[in-house]
Amino acid sequence: MSQQSARNAVIIGGNRIPFARSNTAYVNASNQDMFTAALEGLVARFGLQGERIGAVSGGAVLKHSKDFNLIRESVLGSTLDHSTPAYDVQMACATGMEAIGSLANKIKLGQLESAIGGGVDTTSDAPIAVSESLRGILLELSRARSTKAKLAALAKIRPSHLAPNAPGTGEPRTGLSMGDHQSQTTKAWGITREAQDELALASHKNLAAAYDRGFFNDLITPFNGLSKDNNMRADSTMEKLGKLKPAFGKNLGESATMTAGNSTPLTDGASAVLLGSEEYAQSHDLPMLANFVDFEAAAVDFVHGAEGLLMAPAYATARLLKRNNLSLQDFDFYEIHEAFAGTVLSTLKAWEDEEFCREKLGLDAPLGAIDRTKLNVNGSSLAAGHPFAATGGRIIASTAKMLHEKGTGRALISVCAAGGQGVVAILEARS
Amino acid sequence: MTDKYMELVNTGATKKLAKLLGLPRPPRLRRYSEQGPLLPGPLLVLGNSARAQELSDTLVSWGLDVCRHDAGDAKLGGLLLLLDELVHPEELSPIMLAAGRALRQLLPGARVVSFSRPATADDEPAVAAVRQGIDGIMRSVGREMRGGATANGIVLENSTSILSPSALASLQFFFSGRSAYVDGQFLRVRNDQGVLAEDFTKPLTGKVAVVTGAARGIGAAIAKTLARDGAQVVVVDMPQAGDSLVKVANAIGATTLQLDVTAADAAQQIMDHAIGRHGSLDLVIHNAGITRDKLLANMDAGRWDSVIAVNIASQLRMNEAFLKAGLPNLRIVSLASTSGIAGNRGQSNYAASKGGVIGMVRSSAKLFETNGGSIAAVAPGFIETDMTSKIPLGTRTVARMVLPSLMQGGLPQDVAEAISFLGSDAAAGLNGQVLRVCGQSLVGA
Repeated sequence: MSQQSARNAVIIGGNRIPFARSNTAYVNASNQDMFTAALEGLVARFGLQGERIGAVSGGAVLKHSKDFNLIRESVLGSTLDHSTPAYDVQMACATGMEAIGSLANKIKLGQLESAIGGGVDTTSDAPIAVSESLRGILLELSRARSTKAKLAALAKIRPSHLAPNAPGTGEPRTGLSMGDHQSQTTKAWGITREAQDELALASHKNLAAAYDRGFFNDLITPFNGLSKDNNMRADSTMEKLGKLKPAFGKNLGESATMTAGNSTPLTDGASAVLLGSEEYAQSHDLPMLANFVDFEAAAVDFVHGAEGLLMAPAYATARLLKRNNLSLQDFDFYEIHEAFAGTVLSTLKAWEDEEFCREKLGLDAPLGAIDRTKLNVNGSSLAAGHPFAATGGRIIASTAKMLHEKGTGRALISVCAAGGQGVVAILEARS
Repeated sequence: MTDKYMELVNTGATKKLAKLLGLPRPPRLRRYSEQGPLLPGPLLVLGNSARAQELSDTLVSWGLDVCRHDAGDAKLGGLLLLLDELVHPEELSPIMLAAGRALRQLLPGARVVSFSRPATADDEPAVAAVRQGIDGIMRSVGREMRGGATANGIVLENSTSILSPSALASLQFFFSGRSAYVDGQFLRVRNDQGVLAEDFTKPLTGKVAVVTGAARGIGAAIAKTLARDGAQVVVVDMPQAGDSLVKVANAIGATTLQLDVTAADAAQQIMDHAIGRHGSLDLVIHNAGITRDKLLANMDAGRWDSVIAVNIASQLRMNEAFLKAGLPNLRIVSLASTSGIAGNRGQSNYAASKGGVIGMVRSSAKLFETNGGSIAAVAPGFIETDMTSKIPLGTRTVARMVLPSLMQGGLPQDVAEAISFLGSDAAAGLNGQVLRVCGQSLVGA
């Protein structure tokens, strides 16, 4: 259906808990604890106690099997009306984007009046699985009927089976970590160490400045004794960042450029965004920060080396711009998720590259350069951290507020994800 | 600690022991519940006043069992002394001696309340003498009360009637459990403004109230009490206290506003939120406050300046903005402290700020009245909170048990009740009031 005939889906506001580096402030918090806290802060900010919301949707990338109904269980632990339906979504780091985008579509279609979307992740309280061989034996044991058969199954267990499988961020099909994948892309696009460190430094400085001016006062609620993202280094300098040793792409030797400083750390956190129809916002005297205009997903074949793992947003953006008759320069804010500084810089470079835009995106001319002063103006994941599924909600709520403060214009949001995927979205200011 | 001690000295064998040893036995206070009666038993009215009969009818309409002049041997829930027409100290004798006999018939949690007129420099000497004498009487009676009973007075200024809305509202407040920890105090009725609530249990229906410093302690109790009394509440606290603030908000259907009250645009943010989200701003409770205690000889700029900035300068700035915005019927209630009245060792900065609140309230009364509003302050004495639990045990025990007439610290709830009352429309005639909620303590806390 065309965009014109649908009604607007409005971003009313958001709430997240401060993001915490893995195994620090939230070491004893579960995904459910954190998402419930994000929800409760949202409920309190907008007076939603006892209210039935049309739907709550979100998810986690690292999820215990017992959390099969993570979002619904969080709703049941909240002060929302417990007749609020909820469901889990999972699309790696784009989980939050997909959840919120789909809710916006349902609002546009008139299926929902109000919705909450978001996500949560913890690498501190990550599920640990038993080894595949032990799992096989345990399943055999559960099927065994006679004592003899049970003993026979048990007898197969060897000490080596007891080593657990911890989750990693490695790609199942390549065995490479995400950082090692990105290091190939970073190198292919000739992104320098200095450019990456500059982006990281700007992220920390911009995030700290946003805290200082109270920007997050109505976007964040403290949790577990933390009131600011504890990965943020307001006093970081190029010199300090320059001293760090490469953490990814070590096989590149001297030309390795990706460090712990210009890559996101493993992070715990949760975010939630409140959306509604215009009628819903008006009848509840709620603010309307921005319209959720449109969103687009893309995926690339990184397995056979045709494209870099985290380059899908470059493709999604081209399609999204075309569908909305916009050029890349028609935006007042660009929020490009900083999985790695190299990801952002490779994407920007690709958009400027005639050959890439022609061969890969099928365009007559490159999408071109963006005004870098409009990029991640209040900091992004390099400073705030990146609890996978929570990042989309963080960006969408902050961007909606930025647009509302400005009063006019639009923003482009881009989030890359594991599996060679990515989701991009357009928001439009409401004054 | 207080609860356990109170339990021991008031029950069974340990009660007898405590009596024998002459240990202080703090009484259980009669606190407010929506279902409870206004007084625990019949009310005896002594003395004469113009419109006494109309007052009596009103008291009956409140569901009270009213006896005029004599109650026989009946146990009494309250004693009302009409002293507003006395012109000479010699006239006190019959009524006070009758009152003295009635004191022996008071039930636990009873109330003694007087109506009188203010002593001013323009009065005849004998008139001024009897009027000022009543002040001494009621404060003394307060000290003689037992079983959690209290004695307080209502002073009718500017020829206001005993039937003026704020006089009646003050009477209701003193009678009810809402005034449990108010003892030996006077409320001064300045004018005939104010409207009695149709429903005494919901005096703030339809009002939008903002409470600063609402994440914990007294602020959280205020927020809960205002919501109980019918207000839509907005809870405000520092961004760092946001998680506690959420719990307070979600328990009472409030909305949160994370805000540093010292921010230059704090008042604007409060108005934007209250009006934008709830349609109006009717009541602001300036509760946010900090202590940074140090003997003045050792005081540093950080401690001094932060206390002044948070506790008084922020309120002055916000009030100015509220006045400039011309909000109709806006009521303000500020938190003062008995430290601001009596002083306290190590609290010169805090006393400056809290004394400052009292000065600000008195001076701002006429400014807020212009738009139909009002301003008042509550000065808590020793209140059992996280803040006072840090005071050394010995000092704390003395502060809570020995010096106040009620022999115990108050609860955050006690402060909240006084604030809800002073912020209600019925209290409009009490504009400029500073009410102590201290159990008739002699010290600041």
